[in-house]
Formats: sequence, C-alpha cells, structure tokens
Amino acid sequence: MQANHSTPTPLSADVRRVMRRPVRWTVIEIAFWVLAVLSWFFLPEQHLILTEIAGIAIFALSIDLILGYAGIVSLGQAALYGAGAYASGLFSIYVTGEPISGLLVGAVAGAVIAFATSFLLLRGGDLTRLMVTLGVAAVLFEIANQTAWLTGGADGLQGITIDPLFGHFEFDFYGHTGYAYSLAVLFVLFVLSRLIVSSPFGISLKAIRDNPLRASAVGIPVAARQVAIYTVAGAYAGIAGALFTQTQQFISLDVLSFQKSADGLMVLVIGGTGYLYGGIVGAVVYEMVQDGIANLTPQYWQFWVGILLVVFVLVGRDRPRELISRLTARAGQMRKSSSETVISKRQET
Amino acid sequence: MDTVLETISLSKIFGGLKATDNVNFRLEQGARHALIGPNGAGKTTFINLLTGVLTPSDGKILLNGEDITSIKREQRVRRGLARTFQINQLFGKLNVVESLGLVISERRGHGRDWFRWAGTLPGIEDEIASLISDFGLEDVFDHPCSGLPYGKQRLLEIALAIACRPKVLLLDEPAAGVPEADRHEVLSRLSALPSDVSILLIEHDMDLVFNFAEKISVLVSGALFAEGTVDEIANDQRVKEVYLGGADHG
Repeated sequence: MQANHSTPTPLSADVRRVMRRPVRWTVIEIAFWVLAVLSWFFLPEQHLILTEIAGIAIFALSIDLILGYAGIVSLGQAALYGAGAYASGLFSIYVTGEPISGLLVGAVAGAVIAFATSFLLLRGGDLTRLMVTLGVAAVLFEIANQTAWLTGGADGLQGITIDPLFGHFEFDFYGHTGYAYSLAVLFVLFVLSRLIVSSPFGISLKAIRDNPLRASAVGIPVAARQVAIYTVAGAYAGIAGALFTQTQQFISLDVLSFQKSADGLMVLVIGGTGYLYGGIVGAVVYEMVQDGIANLTPQYWQFWVGILLVVFVLVGRDRPRELISRLTARAGQMRKSSSETVISKRQET
Repeated sequence: MDTVLETISLSKIFGGLKATDNVNFRLEQGARHALIGPNGAGKTTFINLLTGVLTPSDGKILLNGEDITSIKREQRVRRGLARTFQINQLFGKLNVVESLGLVISERRGHGRDWFRWAGTLPGIEDEIASLISDFGLEDVFDHPCSGLPYGKQRLLEIALAIACRPKVLLLDEPAAGVPEADRHEVLSRLSALPSDVSILLIEHDMDLVFNFAEKISVLVSGALFAEGTVDEIANDQRVKEVYLGGADHG
C-alpha cells in the first residue's frame, strides 16, 4: 500500500490504523484459541461435551452473522441446521460416509434453504421476520415428520455411518476424533467469518443493521446484501447440523424443532451478539451451566437457565463484548497509550 | 445551462391529500438552488420522491435526461443523485472512518467484496482522510457515529453524501438543530462544497437561503408557487404574504 502514495499524511496513516485494526489478532484472541487447543490435550474425558459445545458454537455463530451483523432476527435457524443435518445424514447413507464431503453437502443444503426462503424475509419488519422464520422451520419439521420413508420420521434417521477422517482417524466412542474435527471446523469457520465481517461486504451489513434507510441512500443494495448474508449463515448452520449428524451418527426431528432455534438464540444472547466470540462463549457457559445445574437439581435446570438468561439480558447484552474489549485494551495498554500520545500531539499542532 | 435534474408533472397523493401537486421543476448544472416553503408544504416529500424513498402517484423524474422515476434508490445514487436527511441518518455503531470507507467502497464497486479486509482498497485511506479534513472531523474520526456531538454528526451527514461523489446533491435542512456555536462551521463547509456539484437546498432558515442560493423556488401546498433569483423572491409580494410574512426571523 505504501507504494500507492509517495507522501502519506499523518491523517491517512491514522485512518489506515483504524481500518486495519480488525485484522490484527489480539493477545486475548490468541490465548482463547490456544486454550481451546489445549483442552483437547488436557480434558480428554470431556471430549463428548466439548464436541457438543463446538457444534452449538457454530450454530450460534451462524445466528450472529445475521442478527449481530445484519440485524436480521430469526426464530427458525433450526430449519437451516436441520436441513444440513438431514442432508449430510442421507448423503452418508446413500452416497458416501466420507466426512468432509458430508460437511459440504450440509453447507449446500443449509445455503439452498436459506436462499430460497430469504426472499420471504425481505418484506416487513422484525415481527414479520420472526414469524416467517418460525413458520419455515415448522413447515420443514412437518415435512421431515411426514416423509418417514426417507427421514425415519419420529423414529429418527438411523444407519448413518461415517468413514474415518482423512481415511485414518475413526470417530471413536470417546469423541477424541470428533472433538478435534469439530474444533478445527469451528476454527476455520470462525477465521472466515472474521474476514467476512471486516470486509467491505461485512461493513455494508453493519451499515444496513444500523440504518437501512441511509444504507440505501449511499448506494448499498440492501435486499441483495441481506439475501447474501442469510445464505452464508444458512451454510454455517448447515455445517453445524452436518457436524452434529457425523459426531452423533443419529438424527431425530429435534434438529428441526423450535427448541433448537430457541437454544441457538439463547446461547448467542448469553455470549453477546456482534463480536463473533459470543456464540462460543455462550455455548461454553450454556453447556457448563446446564451440566452443573443438572447435577445439582436435575428437575429444575431449565428454571435456572431461564433465570440466567433473564439476568444476562437485563445486565446488558453488550456486557461480554465490553468486558473482552476492556481486557484487550488493558493488555495492549503500552502500545495504545504511546500511539494516543502521538495523536493528541498532532491535534494540538 | 444544462438541466441535470428535472421533474415533469410530478405528483404524490396520500389519501386525499396532494403532498406534491403537479410539480415541474428544473435544477441546472452547478446550481445553488433553494427550495423553500412553509411547514407542511411538501418539501421533504418532494426530496423523498426524487430519491426513491416514495413512489410518485404521477409524473416523471429525469436525471441527466434519463428517466429514473421507477429505478431503485441505490441505482439513483450510482447515477449521481445523493442526499442528506433532515434528521441525522448515520450508522450508529460504525466509526467515522468505517462510515466514509463503506460509502467509498460501494461507489467504487467493491461493496460486495467479502474476501478482503476493508482497509485494503488502494488509496482509500487518502480519500477518507481528505473527507475527514474537508469536514473538520479530525478529532472524532475514531469515534462511533452515535457518540459524536450534534454539530459533528451534521457534518458527517453531509460528508457521507459527498463521499458518493454526486452530480446532484439534495440537502434537507442541513443546518437544522445545529447549536449557534457550530453553525458557522456548518455554513462554511456548505459553501466550500465542490462547485461542479449541483445542489438543491431545502431550508427554513432564510439567512442561510439568502447566503447560499442563487435561485429560489417556493413550494406551497405541494405546488410550485414562485421561482426566481434571490432578489426576485425576496421582493415578491405574494411570497411575503404566504411565507415570509408568517415566519418572522427577526
């Protein structure tokens, strides 16, 4: 970039610094992923629950892409998740049990359903969107229920067998392969979404989220961008569904249920929207709380999860993000304070 | 002079109310043209029709001779028609740099790029920096739009429209609500706008209108009531009666 202008002004340099800020991995982010990798080595007996957490995190990430970045509310993300789950399950039964291609099939299924239904979402406001997404998921649920010859209906889809990963690593009973696989998929999808949300496309989504009227008045095709991100989120949800299928090797109608959509939204809200880590943080908290409370009071865990949700929303959905950005700011205090001195000096002159 | 923006028999009817009544209007190349009128005269409705926020009941809109009556808002922007809003319409959580950057990316046809970081478009930081200094936003460029002082928000409101590099700019009461201390800055930024941009100014503030405009059109009850130079309008007895007389700006 330096070559494009012979004498960059100090202001241009500041502008570039602000624009490139999302590119850099902060210390907290790196620590987060190092911990995630370490969990594979040091928590081998927890791999089953960690696999579940990684799957929920991808699902919540798909909701974050539409809700946190494009302002599209949904109560039917399970439609996309379930489409991915069933598509990859059927693919493993009738075509091949190779897992990576199964993931791709799940992604395509989620994306196709999302794209096809996205046009219904464009009309109307939040309430319309909540109802339309809810309705689409309910319709798919009933279709899966009625086509028992294909999906197994209420008995669930059975006979799914998944080949060893890369032909070598069997999906074992303890979830060792499953967790490594899920974590790797989560990481790849996370890195991709990190780029997407800070690309020109991603910033145009945030503009639409914050002010669709102005977005269209500066030349952004609002509807087309919403269709695009909803389709991408569909692929993400489809992959989450496919991962579930492959690691559980069984699908029931639950993957298309309202409960599934609500869980995903709840997880995201607990973790916080609009900073990408919300889905992961929320999934960890949700599973740990569910696990912990279920051990204490097996009958009442949903009561406590409900209380927790209410508290989180009242305390403020932005809280987790603020906490993390404050920690990040503190970690980079030295660097930041030195550059701020430079700015304030320049402003004084 | 060439006409850049023209309306032919433009009408908008809400229920029984004619908010825009058979308006034939021309904006000339490089114009500084003001549209005034009493409250409820339909000025903002007229802007909303021009920019595609509202669909006209009847009539046509031509931009550089091309019929744009039924094309989408964002396509009008791409053809060179930009606007500001009477009430600030900013991107609340985005900072000033991101807001300007996204408009420039969009204008340059890179708004759909998803596989590159937003700051990597060649030369974009220089263009953002020059807009920031043109509009006096140097001390707030890293702040989210929603937290800016009102005067700065007003300036960013105009900067976002200029970042579209419009041929025609519609300013909807740009000085509305600006505190007295910041007024001078807003007015001087307005008079420094590039002279090749044709500007239609909608305004209540007669000082601003008389300082800024070369030509004035008066809208009353949705219809064009009078049109002329600043002197002609200032001395027009009928205009004084319906409008200036009622609104005492002393």
